[in-house]
Amino acid sequence: MNILVLLRMIPDVVEELEISNDGKTLDREFLRLIPNETDDHALEEALLLKERHGGKVTVVAPDAPELDDVLFACLAKGADRAVKISGVEPVMGGRAAARLMAQVLTTAPGLLPADLILTGVQSTEDLDGLMAPILSHLLQLPYVDNVTQVTADGPGKTVTAVKEFPSAVRAEFDVQLPAVLGIQAAEKPPRYVPVAKVRAVMKSQHLESAAAPAGVEAGQLEILQMAKPEPAEHAEMLAGDPAQVAGKICEILAARGVL
Amino acid sequence: MGTETTLVSEAPCEITLENFLEFPEGRKVLSCIQCGLCAGTCPYGDVMDYPPRRIIAMLRAGMLEKVFHSESLLNCVACYACMAKCPRDIRLTEVLLPLVKEEIFVHLPEVPPELQKALQNTLRYGNPMGESPRKRVAWTKTTDVPIPILGEMSRPVDVLWFVECYTSYHPRGQDNSRALAKIFNGLGIDFAILGNEEKCAGECARLVGEAGLFGTLQDYTMTLFRRYEGRFNRIVTSGAHAYDAFRYQYPALGFDYQVDHTMPFLFQHLEQLKPMLSRKLNYRVTYHDACCLGRHNGFYEEPRALLTAIPGVKLVEMTHNRINSICCGGGGGGMWLDTYYKAKGYERLSERRVKEAVATGADVLAISCPYEVSRFEDAAKVLGYDNKLVVRDISELLAEAMQS
Repeated sequence: MNILVLLRMIPDVVEELEISNDGKTLDREFLRLIPNETDDHALEEALLLKERHGGKVTVVAPDAPELDDVLFACLAKGADRAVKISGVEPVMGGRAAARLMAQVLTTAPGLLPADLILTGVQSTEDLDGLMAPILSHLLQLPYVDNVTQVTADGPGKTVTAVKEFPSAVRAEFDVQLPAVLGIQAAEKPPRYVPVAKVRAVMKSQHLESAAAPAGVEAGQLEILQMAKPEPAEHAEMLAGDPAQVAGKICEILAARGVL
Repeated sequence: MGTETTLVSEAPCEITLENFLEFPEGRKVLSCIQCGLCAGTCPYGDVMDYPPRRIIAMLRAGMLEKVFHSESLLNCVACYACMAKCPRDIRLTEVLLPLVKEEIFVHLPEVPPELQKALQNTLRYGNPMGESPRKRVAWTKTTDVPIPILGEMSRPVDVLWFVECYTSYHPRGQDNSRALAKIFNGLGIDFAILGNEEKCAGECARLVGEAGLFGTLQDYTMTLFRRYEGRFNRIVTSGAHAYDAFRYQYPALGFDYQVDHTMPFLFQHLEQLKPMLSRKLNYRVTYHDACCLGRHNGFYEEPRALLTAIPGVKLVEMTHNRINSICCGGGGGGMWLDTYYKAKGYERLSERRVKEAVATGADVLAISCPYEVSRFEDAAKVLGYDNKLVVRDISELLAEAMQS
């Protein structure tokens, strides 16, 4: 099974985010980027499929600061190829990114055909989680989102994707391949790869590059303004012994009509 | 580099399991008499499939591969008990066990999530908590005394204070740092810190078997030391594990500074310190010997001398003290394996230790390693002893005894 994993680098919120003077973008001076968490889960699911059924895993990512280390770690975890797409803005909005990735996949040599395209179902800089659905639309492939488990049949013609619904409802979809899956969570947490293994891979393997096609259509949404959340009223700390605090909680709940 | 050198020249990291028997430390394993003292003294020896004695036997029988595929040594908290008790002086915790752990770590089907997060954080942010590297120095804004940062100074200093992670970020660890700042200031120590440039010294990554991470952190810190060559004379740290790393591991990369842990360092200044300890603290104190300081480096009496120099302090001993001290459970990656141990049904070592402390009738459990304050405070809360026993670093007690 030939699996493509799309990986996005997103702002690391361990560092406080600052807004640029234009009021529309993040200040990049101290901004660090980190792999999108659900994309990391997509890679884990792809590696689990490879371990169970064989095949190849290729990770594709728009170029960004610190990406090389991340891609070498992907190779050390078990991916077979890592391709970075150059000529892309380091941080991209969701819809524009989907269009770009669709064009990259169809124009860059050696990426398609793929049996499965896996990517995270959401990212923090993605307005509405449309990367995977737009991609599937543009590539004219079937799509299932919020997937938490993928199992494959023997011949590699179909997969069964487990999709999460509200109220703890799970559904199984038989999906004809090739297909796009939006991964919500892998079956188990993304694996750890020892640093020594990443260092060894840096010496023995290489990253591939592909240029983004020129004239990519801009996203349909324009960022008008970016602002930090304004602090609301401070929390009220209830003092006193447990009985007094419980009494005050009851008063507050009663005043709001909860009790 | 520094003018005084008290560092050992042995570089254990050059040894691998392949060339193990070519080194004196490796050949010593051949002299093991299988007495089992190592397994008997190991705090988790009863739950290990392969305690140190069996590992040596399997190494000699050429069956070590079997050990690589077990999780046995995830229970090793690198407390140096096996090494301290070995009648053949086999350097178990220093040499053999880390090498075996490296192999085990590579073969682990799944790294326990809590440990995985700590290791990933340490690689990315330079601290296991995953805090911003740009906030490492934030605690210095909460002290009453100025904390100079070496990179911002135009003159050299005597002491480079290597603050380390928990003492930079953890709220209770910061109490230790604030106390030390007050003491250093009172003693007139000419010091500076690295500030936001500092990262974890990496010792616990090494002791859990993540040698590559340790190497990365070691390279980073050595580059920093070289950049500031000639700008400081010696290093002092309250990190017991950082002290060990600098003393035993960093020399392999050319590190030759004099390095002191704060306990022996303050002990060297005891006569100067005594007149400053004018506030009487009527505490009944028991002291927990940190593994790195006690069993590994023999600093048993210095922390006790500091405690008994405080007016009003009555020192009482736990059943297990000095070489027999029981580990807090935080070494060798144990700091981030509590959930794993709990899931296996093991008693947390910190809880075992707090029970001993409470049995002495002490109202203060004094400590000297930054891992211990949070471990013992948590254990005291879990056991319901948090109203009976408070946990204080010795530096905090000294600072409290100093009239401000």
